[in-house]
Amino acid sequence: MNFTWFSQVAAVTGVSLRELPSRWVSSAVAVFGIAGVVMVMVGILSMAAGFRAALSETSDPRVAMVLRASSTSELDSGFSREDTLVIAESELIARGEDGSLISSELYVVVDVARKSTGTSSNVPLRGVKPVAMDVRGNVRIAEGRMFSPGLNEIVVGSGARNLFAGLDVGSTVTWGTNTWTVVGIIEAGGGVPESEIWADLHSLQSAYRRGSSVQTVRARLASEDDFQSFKDSLTGDPRLNVSVIRERDFYADQSRLINGLITGVGYFVAVLMGLGAIFGAVNTMYTAVASRMREIATWRALGFKSSAVFISVMTEALTLGLIGGLVGALIAYVVFNGFQVATMNWTSFSQLTFAFAVTPGLIKSGVLYALLMGLIGGLLPGLRAARLPITVALREL
Amino acid sequence: MALVEVKKLSKEYKRGVETVHVLRDLDAAIPEGDFLALMGPSGSGKSTLLNLIGGIDKPSSGTIDVGGQRIDNMPERKLTQWRAQHVGFVFQLYHLMPMLTAARNVELPLLLTGLSRSERKQRVAAALALVGLSDRAGHKPKELSGGQEQRVGIARAIVSDPSLLLCDEPTGDLDRKAGDEILDLLDGLNKEHNKTVVMVTHDPHAAARAKRTLYLNDGLLGTEPEA
Repeated sequence: MNFTWFSQVAAVTGVSLRELPSRWVSSAVAVFGIAGVVMVMVGILSMAAGFRAALSETSDPRVAMVLRASSTSELDSGFSREDTLVIAESELIARGEDGSLISSELYVVVDVARKSTGTSSNVPLRGVKPVAMDVRGNVRIAEGRMFSPGLNEIVVGSGARNLFAGLDVGSTVTWGTNTWTVVGIIEAGGGVPESEIWADLHSLQSAYRRGSSVQTVRARLASEDDFQSFKDSLTGDPRLNVSVIRERDFYADQSRLINGLITGVGYFVAVLMGLGAIFGAVNTMYTAVASRMREIATWRALGFKSSAVFISVMTEALTLGLIGGLVGALIAYVVFNGFQVATMNWTSFSQLTFAFAVTPGLIKSGVLYALLMGLIGGLLPGLRAARLPITVALREL
Repeated sequence: MALVEVKKLSKEYKRGVETVHVLRDLDAAIPEGDFLALMGPSGSGKSTLLNLIGGIDKPSSGTIDVGGQRIDNMPERKLTQWRAQHVGFVFQLYHLMPMLTAARNVELPLLLTGLSRSERKQRVAAALALVGLSDRAGHKPKELSGGQEQRVGIARAIVSDPSLLLCDEPTGDLDRKAGDEILDLLDGLNKEHNKTVVMVTHDPHAAARAKRTLYLNDGLLGTEPEA
């Protein structure tokens, strides 16, 4: 390969690309076929990405969760007040302005009607103290105010407020014999608390007759690296029978099944649709080669190498793939990114709200897949162009 | 001295189960500096012979020697390179790249030579001047008349200074006046620049401008037209 070879490739490819607009109809078929595949693929995978992000990626790695040993969810965990006091003795827990950043929490599930269908769904109602916000670190009041301790007041996650009925600030809701007033909306960077409703721990314990028991304890560690020591100190303490896990890993475990399912479906659909798009691209490139037969024969007759012709066809196919990929990713971003939905979290038997997340990584994957479709689509037509008998092609009208 | 020498040259095509013999054991020699017109009825093998001499087709048997080099058994890659250096093609329908200007079209064969941009520019200007189209250098083919397009085609054929010009019906798509201008050009290239010209034509008027004419009938070459 030498300089003249690159000149040949540049010349043939340059002419091929400049003629692209004259073949816009067949080119558009390939572009939109590929764009459709990328849009669907990125759309489905953005659901998995959003679900994953909501469950684990927004959780601070310094937050450790303490559950009763062998518990697989917050619902089947439980601690007495004495247990929580032992846990709070750890010196590895970070300290805030008002003391240790440790949050004992009660977790129940309540029925709330969906705005869209009116059907009843399970929504987590979590009893916490105000310190729960500092323990998590990413929760903030977006509207209204925090509940007052001792009162039947609740703050609602922004996702839950958007998808479920009657959860706006100022509304009142009744679960069982208790009526609660919504006083604020919380946001948590897209994380789990946005799917939840938070009430004062003591008010909730009282309403659900739980005495002073709680189900989980969350602790914010002074350092991410302290986790193993914190875990060892609690699991080795003869007064306790606990398991300790990072909150991030706890949620990651919960998301694994659904995340795997959605991702699998996403790739399966993308591969199936991709085959269709590849046929479209092959057809387009065969049409392009057919319409360029005399031109290709002229290049070859003038002494241009068939490899230069092959690369020009491949470049055109890759260009169409790239345009299709970018168009598909752009449409997916506009249509799906931030689109909020709720789904059942089968571990906690409650609804989890999350937003589709069209991440830069997904866009990159979509565009790379589009280029792969273009590459495969251009291969056979490119070889045909390179092997075209010059004398036959020169006679083409 | 013969620039082109073909011996026992045969070309066959398969058409279904039938074998079509286009050229049969043909012998011919074209001296350097010749201006040869090839005539014959449609399908007689004129263009096939031209394509074989130009190395864009392969014979079924026989040998083709051009400028002392056997090209009938030359590997495709080497043949491509050989074409770029030794042969200029002029096509009936010009085969210019519609998106490129006349100058860029003429420059194309020079992209295979490794010449610098300024050298290429000089050569292109000289070739366009030779065909009388200096003032049309920046025009695209659709902005030129048929005769002008063919002159650009000739400039492209001679810009890399090949010894052999192969012209397939160069006036076939032109009116008489424009055709005569093209023939004048080919005549000048032959006489003044010592280019060996082989021209396929149906037109006796065009053939009359050549130094000699050969006729192809039933795959055989002769000096007289078919009776």
